[in-house]
Amino acid sequence: MTEPVQLFVTCLVNSLYPDVGKATVRLVEQAGFRAEFPLDQTCCGQPAYNGGFAKEAAAMARQTVDVLDETEGPIVVPSGSCAAMLTHHIPDLVKDDDSYVAAARRVANRTRELTQFLVEVGHKAAPVECDERVTYHASCHGLRWLQILEQPKSLLDEAGVTRVDLPGEDECCGFGGLFALKMPELSTAMMDTKIANIEASGADVVVGVDVSCLMHIGGGLRRRAGAIRTKHVAEVLAGESE
Amino acid sequence: MTSQLTFRGRIQEAFTAGVPVAIETATRSRYQRRLAAAAAFPEMEATRDRARDIRSEALRNLDAYLGQFVDVTTERGGVVFFAADAAEANEYITELANAENVRRVVKVKSMVTEEIRLNTALEHAGVEVVETDLGEFIVQLAGETPSHIISPVLHKNRYDVAELFAAELGVEYTDDPAELNDIARKHLRERFLNADMGISGVNFAVAEDGAIALVTNEGNGRLSTTAPRVHVAVMGMERIVPTRADLAVLLEVLARSATGQKLSVYSNIVSGPRRAHEPDGPDQLHVVIVDNGRSATLGSSVAEILLCIRCGACLDACPVYRHVGGHAYGSVYPGPIGKVVTPSLFGLEEWHDLPAASSLCGACQDACPVRIDIPRLLVDLREQTVGHASRSIRTGLAAYSRLATRPRLFRLATRAVALFGRLWSQDGWLRRLPFLLPAWTRRREVPAPATQTFNDWWRKRGA
Ligand code: SF4
Repeated sequence: MTEPVQLFVTCLVNSLYPDVGKATVRLVEQAGFRAEFPLDQTCCGQPAYNGGFAKEAAAMARQTVDVLDETEGPIVVPSGSCAAMLTHHIPDLVKDDDSYVAAARRVANRTRELTQFLVEVGHKAAPVECDERVTYHASCHGLRWLQILEQPKSLLDEAGVTRVDLPGEDECCGFGGLFALKMPELSTAMMDTKIANIEASGADVVVGVDVSCLMHIGGGLRRRAGAIRTKHVAEVLAGESE
Repeated sequence: MTSQLTFRGRIQEAFTAGVPVAIETATRSRYQRRLAAAAAFPEMEATRDRARDIRSEALRNLDAYLGQFVDVTTERGGVVFFAADAAEANEYITELANAENVRRVVKVKSMVTEEIRLNTALEHAGVEVVETDLGEFIVQLAGETPSHIISPVLHKNRYDVAELFAAELGVEYTDDPAELNDIARKHLRERFLNADMGISGVNFAVAEDGAIALVTNEGNGRLSTTAPRVHVAVMGMERIVPTRADLAVLLEVLARSATGQKLSVYSNIVSGPRRAHEPDGPDQLHVVIVDNGRSATLGSSVAEILLCIRCGACLDACPVYRHVGGHAYGSVYPGPIGKVVTPSLFGLEEWHDLPAASSLCGACQDACPVRIDIPRLLVDLREQTVGHASRSIRTGLAAYSRLATRPRLFRLATRAVALFGRLWSQDGWLRRLPFLLPAWTRRREVPAPATQTFNDWWRKRGA
């Protein structure tokens, strides 16, 4: 009997990027685990938390903890920022709620961002057909709260993908959740710098571990009608979906 | 000091005027230098931890350490004055200047005197004030305010300075950095010699022996605090460290974090006025300890910000700062540190939009030598001002949270969105959403919802 892994796919993947979820399933299975998906999962509450809506965030956090704490095995998240929400911010949000402190801790300890998980379990990326040049953008929360940087790059390299360096790879793209709506001029100014760096890298595809940042960068690239596209790292590593 | 605009208004203004390229290049290169300095110092991480512990201890027992500092300083013949706010501090200093017949003051760059607007107060009292730090001198000459806490003139390049000098100092135009430096030096040197009072800030004050540490890279600190008869040191109330050994640790991280140097060029230690056997030094030393909102901050949920040693590292690391420059913050304290300090010292209601102006990327915390969790503090301030969020955001989030805590309803709602996706998307993108999110779609397209949610796909797959 293979060990179970719980997928927490995030609300954005559920509604906007289900292919990223499917690719995550394939990768977890390739790594030798049995993928499970707790059906009652919704949203970890990150947008509310970042925006200062503590009450709403705590409600979503508790819902997430309830759903995940009754399952078993590692919790794998195809998003650095939602993983950081589970490992860092949810325990902080419920720290005064005695009935949730222990459960939030347990969930936090079981949680891994996808590439972090794959590297930790010693998964070797399967070679993929990809004749495009990719570059890696390091989304902030994964980078600074979970130290996600080398994992996705080494997996991409292992898979034989042509990868070029991104100047300023660790600089924020300007997404920031509600920030993107509250301060659109600033958010898109930061996006412009990111896009200029992406263009300078010579890549055809920007790869990241967070669909939220990719949605923002991709939305900007798309408006410019250029040829550069965005892809989640899972989609690249798992190859094209069947 | 507050401009009437909101932060968003000020950045729009800054973008229209064009944010100087100098800011971006200077912050980026200093950020790199700092990384190199840290890499070349194997104990950097451990030293950061120690520095944080020292600062935390100082704040935990602030009253006791301040008391100790006052006792030692008084014993040595110094005078200490506690100022509850800016007005009290300015009044004390201007009265002192009057009583001592001071006509000219030389100043060493200090953030706290900027904070209390001391120059304005002195000038009102008829005292001439000369800033002696090159950057601060330029800012003063131009009638501007500093745009960075350690490089006040980061927003100007040397051609700006050349024009300014030619116009204001009556010298011939030159944009040669060495010559510009020389011009300033000559101009300032004269003023040192006939100044009656020197005013400095305080980087750290040592509780155990009353030492006042003043760090500069230009040597103006030493001259300003020893040449004039009266030295006034103005310090933020939190600037205390327990021991000399602690001071050494903090100076290590300060220099590396501020400029990527091992040590600042001049670490000036002042302890009391000149004593009988000493050849030089001021006749009088006054230490003005400024509260101005710090006690309240100490008792608040963002007390951690008082650990700050004003190194400026978070400004250089910050992508927002790099894009908008210091003046857009509208306060003497710009950048990540300013987004917490400004609202907590000067009023959260008035400054509620500063904490909102961050993507919470965490680069500041990473750079901060004392590891202040600035993102968490920003979230905390956002929680306190959540009422300022626009109605659409508030109602939207409340509705979303209600859905997300009811899984079955959530499934139905996301399924409905998927249906919408089926109707709308041709190529997977939407150029705009009717009535929705113009802030997003003005410069970005929106991905269309998928035609089937992951949740539904999984159920079908299992079946
Ligand atoms: S918050 Fe930290 S990085 Fe920023 S100025 Fe203060 S000590 Fe330096």
